[in-house]
Amino acid sequence: MRAFLPAYEMETPQDLAAALDRLASRPGVWKPFAGGTDLMVLLEAGKLPHKKFLNIWNLGELRGIAVSSELVTLGALTTYAEVQRHEILTREFPLLCRAAAETGSVATQNRGTLGGNVANASPAADSPPALIVYDAEIEIVSASGARWVPYPLFHTGYKKMSLQAGELIRRIRLARSHAGWKQYFRKVGTRRAQAISKICFAGVARVEAGRIADVRIALGSVAPTVLRAVRAEELLRGQRPGDAALQAAQDALGAEIAPIDDMRSTARYRRHVARNLLGEFLEVLAG
Amino acid sequence: MREGARKIRVSCVVNGTAMSFDAYPMARLLDVLREELKLTGTKEGCGEGECGACSIEMDGALVNSCLVPALQAEGAKMRTIEGLAIGDSLHVVQQAFITHGGAQCGICTPGMILAAVNLLARHPQPDDAQIRDGLSGNLCRCTGYRKIFESVVAAVRPTERRA
Amino acid sequence: METRVIGKSVPRKEGREKVTGRARYVDDLSFPGMLHGVTVRSPAARGRIRAIHFEGEIPWHEFIVVTARDIPGKNCIALLIEDQPCLAAEFVNHPEEAIVLLAHHDKHLLEEARRAVRIEIEPVPAVFSIEDSLARKEVIWGQDNIFKSFCVEKGDVDGAWAGAEFVVEGSYETGAQEQLYIEPQGMIAQVSEAEGVTVWGSLQCPHYVHKALMILFGLPRERIRVVQTETGGGFGGKEEYPSMIAAHAALLARKSGRPVKIIYDRAEDMVATTKRHPSRTRHVTAVGRDGKLLAMDIDFTVDGGAYETLSPVVLSRGTIHAAGPYACPNVRIRSRAVATNAPPHGAFRGFGAPQSVFALERHLHRVAEVVGIAPEELRRRNFIREGQTLAVGQVVKEKVDMNGLMERAFELSGYHAKRKQFAAANSDSRGAIKQGIGFASFLHGAGFTGSGEEYLASEVAMEAMADGTVHILAGSTEMGQGTNTIFAQIAAEALRLDCEQIKIIQPDTAYVPNSGPTVASRTAMIVGKLVETAAVGLLKTLHDGGFLRAGYSAADFSRACAEHIAEHRALKSFVKYEHPRDLHWDDQKYSGDAYGAYAWAVYVAEVSVDVRTAEVRVNDFVAVQEVGKVINPVLAAGQIEGGVAQGIGFALYENVVWQEGRMVNAQMTNYVMPTSVDLPAIRVYFEELPYGRGPAGAKGIGELPLDGTAPAIANAIAHATGVDVRTIPITAEKLLEMLEAVHA
Repeated sequence: MRAFLPAYEMETPQDLAAALDRLASRPGVWKPFAGGTDLMVLLEAGKLPHKKFLNIWNLGELRGIAVSSELVTLGALTTYAEVQRHEILTREFPLLCRAAAETGSVATQNRGTLGGNVANASPAADSPPALIVYDAEIEIVSASGARWVPYPLFHTGYKKMSLQAGELIRRIRLARSHAGWKQYFRKVGTRRAQAISKICFAGVARVEAGRIADVRIALGSVAPTVLRAVRAEELLRGQRPGDAALQAAQDALGAEIAPIDDMRSTARYRRHVARNLLGEFLEVLAG
Repeated sequence: MREGARKIRVSCVVNGTAMSFDAYPMARLLDVLREELKLTGTKEGCGEGECGACSIEMDGALVNSCLVPALQAEGAKMRTIEGLAIGDSLHVVQQAFITHGGAQCGICTPGMILAAVNLLARHPQPDDAQIRDGLSGNLCRCTGYRKIFESVVAAVRPTERRA
Repeated sequence: METRVIGKSVPRKEGREKVTGRARYVDDLSFPGMLHGVTVRSPAARGRIRAIHFEGEIPWHEFIVVTARDIPGKNCIALLIEDQPCLAAEFVNHPEEAIVLLAHHDKHLLEEARRAVRIEIEPVPAVFSIEDSLARKEVIWGQDNIFKSFCVEKGDVDGAWAGAEFVVEGSYETGAQEQLYIEPQGMIAQVSEAEGVTVWGSLQCPHYVHKALMILFGLPRERIRVVQTETGGGFGGKEEYPSMIAAHAALLARKSGRPVKIIYDRAEDMVATTKRHPSRTRHVTAVGRDGKLLAMDIDFTVDGGAYETLSPVVLSRGTIHAAGPYACPNVRIRSRAVATNAPPHGAFRGFGAPQSVFALERHLHRVAEVVGIAPEELRRRNFIREGQTLAVGQVVKEKVDMNGLMERAFELSGYHAKRKQFAAANSDSRGAIKQGIGFASFLHGAGFTGSGEEYLASEVAMEAMADGTVHILAGSTEMGQGTNTIFAQIAAEALRLDCEQIKIIQPDTAYVPNSGPTVASRTAMIVGKLVETAAVGLLKTLHDGGFLRAGYSAADFSRACAEHIAEHRALKSFVKYEHPRDLHWDDQKYSGDAYGAYAWAVYVAEVSVDVRTAEVRVNDFVAVQEVGKVINPVLAAGQIEGGVAQGIGFALYENVVWQEGRMVNAQMTNYVMPTSVDLPAIRVYFEELPYGRGPAGAKGIGELPLDGTAPAIANAIAHATGVDVRTIPITAEKLLEMLEAVHA
């Protein structure tokens, strides 16, 4: 445990308004702290540069899953465990549940939150690809107001996002418009459980009369941020899921991803597997 | 070095007993349990939330106590390995670990047993896959997991015989 | 032979403490006035220490600071030789080498202080690979970078090539492997005028630490005391390294006058302590038309890191095991351990044999392919039998039936049917999942090699109390493998008592004799036999004194002890190891009776490979071994299951990423060991041909599973995919490239 604890402050604001005021009071100085599954690891390694944290774990305004006929809206503090337990999410947003089940372990799933995962902005996170393909929207609040951002536009670069100092993620919204869509998720990790992703693939498609009417594809760990494979999507729209479409889409995918070598895997492996997972996705669409 | 924090007083319930302690707000709950409350049954194996040796139950949920800051323990109800047996009476999972060889060096055992107990609270009759899954966040270097698995099965299905 | 207690799954002696969290590991202990200690380490792989700067806003006057100058005796961690410094003085030879020690009562301030020490090092060129070391790009150790070399010769290898129908060559590599005991290294030390130096900690060999501290402090035997605390796994990783951390804690304790505790966090433990020696093996094998091995020319090299530590012994075991359980008339094994500028590599379960056995068992599968016969047929035609000679010249005196073991393993795993079935299924090129089944056949010698046990001259003491409790005093340590329990069973069997009446005294050099290190699969076979002998001696004393008659009950025994003690003040027995007269070993020629006994095994692995991702899954694993006598079935099976799991890690998952001699993936997130969902149910089967010199016939088994697991998996992957596996770990990245090459 390599952190100098006396240097780290943490406060518990009494409600969301108080939290937002605190965040606004000294922009960039106070940071939100939810379940701690990312921040505490940094703290223990002696690599947490920020020193003042707001404990938002108890803020009821950030919890809860609301369901209407058109939308499912999740509070930012929804944990991976809560995602997996929710009947509607399991039925209509299975990729998000898969991502939740494959993130960390039972213990980290009880404390890890969707909002925290989004704000941590790791390109290797497993929920973001699912959120992308579901056209999620992120609600961002501050002392001066609230706005909704389409999630695919949220991440702007490695660990950079549309979140200013003083802003907090309040909710994540998913449209209940994927009934009947085919869905595919595969995380290739360092092992079968509690693994960091080497590459993660989420895909949903509406297949009508044997053709891909609409499709969304997103990958993790192949770019500085979660990546929506728009070029591959373009080439697949309107096509029959078969070898010809696959070949072209694979080439397009290869051109739009930018995997690297790191401690866990290689660019070459990621590139090769990305193509293969696209192939597996198309098999699901054809089957 | 800039000092910013003062120690705070945290009140919580541990193993059924109301407790208070002073700690820096971001002190690890693991260290608070071991050093302030002298409950050394919870172990540190990695300090990064990977091995599960520090697993405890917090408000009924299994958590890695090395990843929980002391401030967030305010008002929480916690159970550690020390809270499992009732006097000399071992929990059925503890007894099964003794009978079926679920513990070798024992360092992963407290976390492993709590993970198993927590699994059973959520799934009283887990199938094999659920057992493996429920323990997949607890690493064991000694056993290869087989006798851990058999211990949990024995605790859950005492009449079942395995080869 | 009917036994009462031996052969039963008596529950673990310290099981209750472990399942209730009451077992006390070193970090659970706290002493009044105790300080914490940390180690400041070299940032460079090799170079001259120019200056040490104490910077930052740290109240340095509050700190205890120790450097090499504070060492009262010799600045070394004594092991086989004395080349490894306790603290680097003028020169560093590997990244993370210890240079400065700090102690303070505030753990958090201590970390800040550690960060604030800046060591200025003038780097010099370093060597990081076996190739560069052999080429002597730099001479970093001794005259030629070679810690040790061996040449074992049987028959006439050079004369055999001419008559050979087939000659098959191959090179094989194994990587470093981290022991990854879940309890990191830790020690507490206290030094006083009155008591001398005392250390408590996580360790396998109290007397190794004892010897090292004697030399470091320049103190006589009785002024050093080493106590083993409950140890959370060792696997060899706590064989030699604890001497280093004990030395550090003790130096801080001496300077401060207070107890000092040093506990490594996981990152420090991984980056600074020992790992399995990486290896390179080259085989050239001559085979006759009939599939009989005519000659094996083996070249074996291990990377020892920066100091000698135990490399000569690792090399020895790897060398002796390199030619396997086969009758080959001509064998030559040339081997060497070389220096590189990495933290010294060290003991890890198997100790050289997993490296050379991987090469051999993978190679023989390839040899079979060239010869045109099934791999099991090649083995069948060459398995050694009683009366034949192993490569080192040892005549096999056991009724070994490798063929029988192999057939049993095949039956249990469905090997033959699956070989055919998988081959047929795999031939469908559209299938993404390829399945394979492979095996390895091997042996593992128990006990120290050659004259090693004689040199150790292990001792065990036993004492009976007036209430009939019997204490076992031995230096052998419990670290999960079951020492306490099997010693109690062995004594209970010999004394006709229950295990509850037997107490194992905590290994403490002030009280227990030196039973040798807890390594080399020797604890049951060698030390257990001493326990048995000591018990028999105790009984004899009671019988001869007229205190006990035949057919006595437990109550009679207690009464007899009380009466004896009343008359003679104490009831003790003491045994010292006696080397069997019919075992002869020549250290010069490196030949003869290498081990008193061998365990023999055949392991079968069934895998599936997803060719889209090159992920390998082990779906079934069968481990069949002949072990003399199973003292405790649950504990014995637990040893094999755990060892196979480590072997699966060795084969597939555990990859140390090196950058200029430093492990850069020193986190559990990035150094990957299997979880409960990564492993199949490992199926373990024992056969028993009692070994006359083992307690109740038992041989050693602790390291055996590390030898055969990785090659069985490699052979299964080869069967599944056609990939010619030559190195481990077989990561998905490596396998994907090899799969592409096969399909190209």
